[in-house]
Amino acid sequence: MYTQTEIIKDTTQLNSNGNEGELVINVGPQHPATHGVLHLVITLNGETIKKIEPHLGYIHRSIEKMCESLTYRQFIYVTSRMDYLSAHINNLACALCVEKGMQIEVPERAQVIRILMSELTRIASHELWVGAMAMDLGAFTPFFYTFREREVINDIMEQTCGARLTMNYMVPGGTMYDLHPDFQNRVKAFIIQFTSKVTELEDLIANNIIFQNRTKGVGVLSAEDAISYGCTGPVARGSGVSCDIRKIQPYSGYEKVSFEEVLEPAGDSYARYLIRIREMYQSISIIEQLIDNIPEGDFQAKTKAVLKLPKGEFYTRVETARGELGVYIVSEGGTTPYRIKFRSPGFSNLSALNHMVKGSKIGDLMATMGTLDLVIPDIDR
Amino acid sequence: MQNEEIKEYIISQEPEAKFDETGEWLNVIINPLSWRLLAEKLKHADLQLDYLFCLTCIDWKTHLTMVYHLTSTKYRHSIVIKTDINRTAPQIETVSDIWRTAEFHEREVFELFGVEFLHHPDLRKLILTDDFEGYPLRKDFEDPINMIKL
Repeated sequence: MYTQTEIIKDTTQLNSNGNEGELVINVGPQHPATHGVLHLVITLNGETIKKIEPHLGYIHRSIEKMCESLTYRQFIYVTSRMDYLSAHINNLACALCVEKGMQIEVPERAQVIRILMSELTRIASHELWVGAMAMDLGAFTPFFYTFREREVINDIMEQTCGARLTMNYMVPGGTMYDLHPDFQNRVKAFIIQFTSKVTELEDLIANNIIFQNRTKGVGVLSAEDAISYGCTGPVARGSGVSCDIRKIQPYSGYEKVSFEEVLEPAGDSYARYLIRIREMYQSISIIEQLIDNIPEGDFQAKTKAVLKLPKGEFYTRVETARGELGVYIVSEGGTTPYRIKFRSPGFSNLSALNHMVKGSKIGDLMATMGTLDLVIPDIDR
Repeated sequence: MQNEEIKEYIISQEPEAKFDETGEWLNVIINPLSWRLLAEKLKHADLQLDYLFCLTCIDWKTHLTMVYHLTSTKYRHSIVIKTDINRTAPQIETVSDIWRTAEFHEREVFELFGVEFLHHPDLRKLILTDDFEGYPLRKDFEDPINMIKL
């Protein structure tokens, strides 16, 4: 971390080198537009950004080290605290990895419930992003519109899982409880509400000339760079890179539902906005296909009380709302992982930020950074 | 591309490579000194492994193992590259100019495991504070203040 004196020293060094007019400023760690404790050290020349250095770690808890002393049942709960907006999908990734190692067959009912929950999570996460992104650009109203729909999802989650954000509903072998009897009706009501209200967002944001001017052609990322920087999720798909793990390496029964992978070739902030809006429609379509066809049966496979993974290495990839989450478990045959690595989508997406904004105006920074959909606990872990 | 073809290609470039097919993907075990040259070929030549989706390190107490998960966005085949480096003064060539995502991932491994990446453009601590001592993800790391073991 830079201390205050070091930054002043840096600035004077730059000036004495003849680079007059260059200025180093700090954005964060406490800043409304970073949505968490992210610290950016920005080198400016006038209004033009010359370099951005992210300083991470303000919310680093060393989850990977913690998991080394937790059992295969316990470590899943910690992962809800990584990307708290995709808690379900994080839990799912860990459960899938343990199931892969132990070769547990998950009942069909549990698989369908898992997809339903993942897609509801994705909608809730994208809804929050749309609101927050609009707020970053100075439009306050959409935030309330998107939270209206997001609240409904959170209430559905609360009813079935007992929690609104850190659900901890996925366990190795299936889900922790069965669905609430009212679940189907409430989800159907939500679909009607969502489809009738989502057009309001288009009127408020997408058709708004101020929003278009501020995002079109801003923060352009080419397909080649997106792959090289390891960008995934809506960020890469906004550059036309096909990277949806649900299509490439289907898990938990995604191969049985039909949906489209949304791609936009432009690579600018507006494309990334469009991707997320269209992904919500795709998620709704997946939910519509499954909500009346939840198979009867067990919601959890019978597993031993103490889980032991055989010696070896196991890797699962899932598609969270932000991109590809990888869970890499190295097992020595015991009840706890020998080494565990979470490949978080936000970490790689953030690494492309410097490349995306270099040479643009500082006013465009938030319009670019906002579309990366950064969740800081996911980056710091 | 099938594993056999990938093996053939890697053998032609790196005759000393060993293979392990017990896992989900083909594991290639190589000498750390030949990693840099091989990496360039893996990305640009026949295999087109253009996406490094995971880069990490494992501490085996006697040595460290660098693990690189690679996949091709064109052909959709994946391989895992593993290479053992010594634990007292671990060094390996950087690949951050080949796969740009490696820049951040290598900085993370540098601070958490103490691996020095040669010719890395900006090898500094990323997550931990500058004055932090020790390498937290090594197995012998002890934190006297914060509880990390149950």
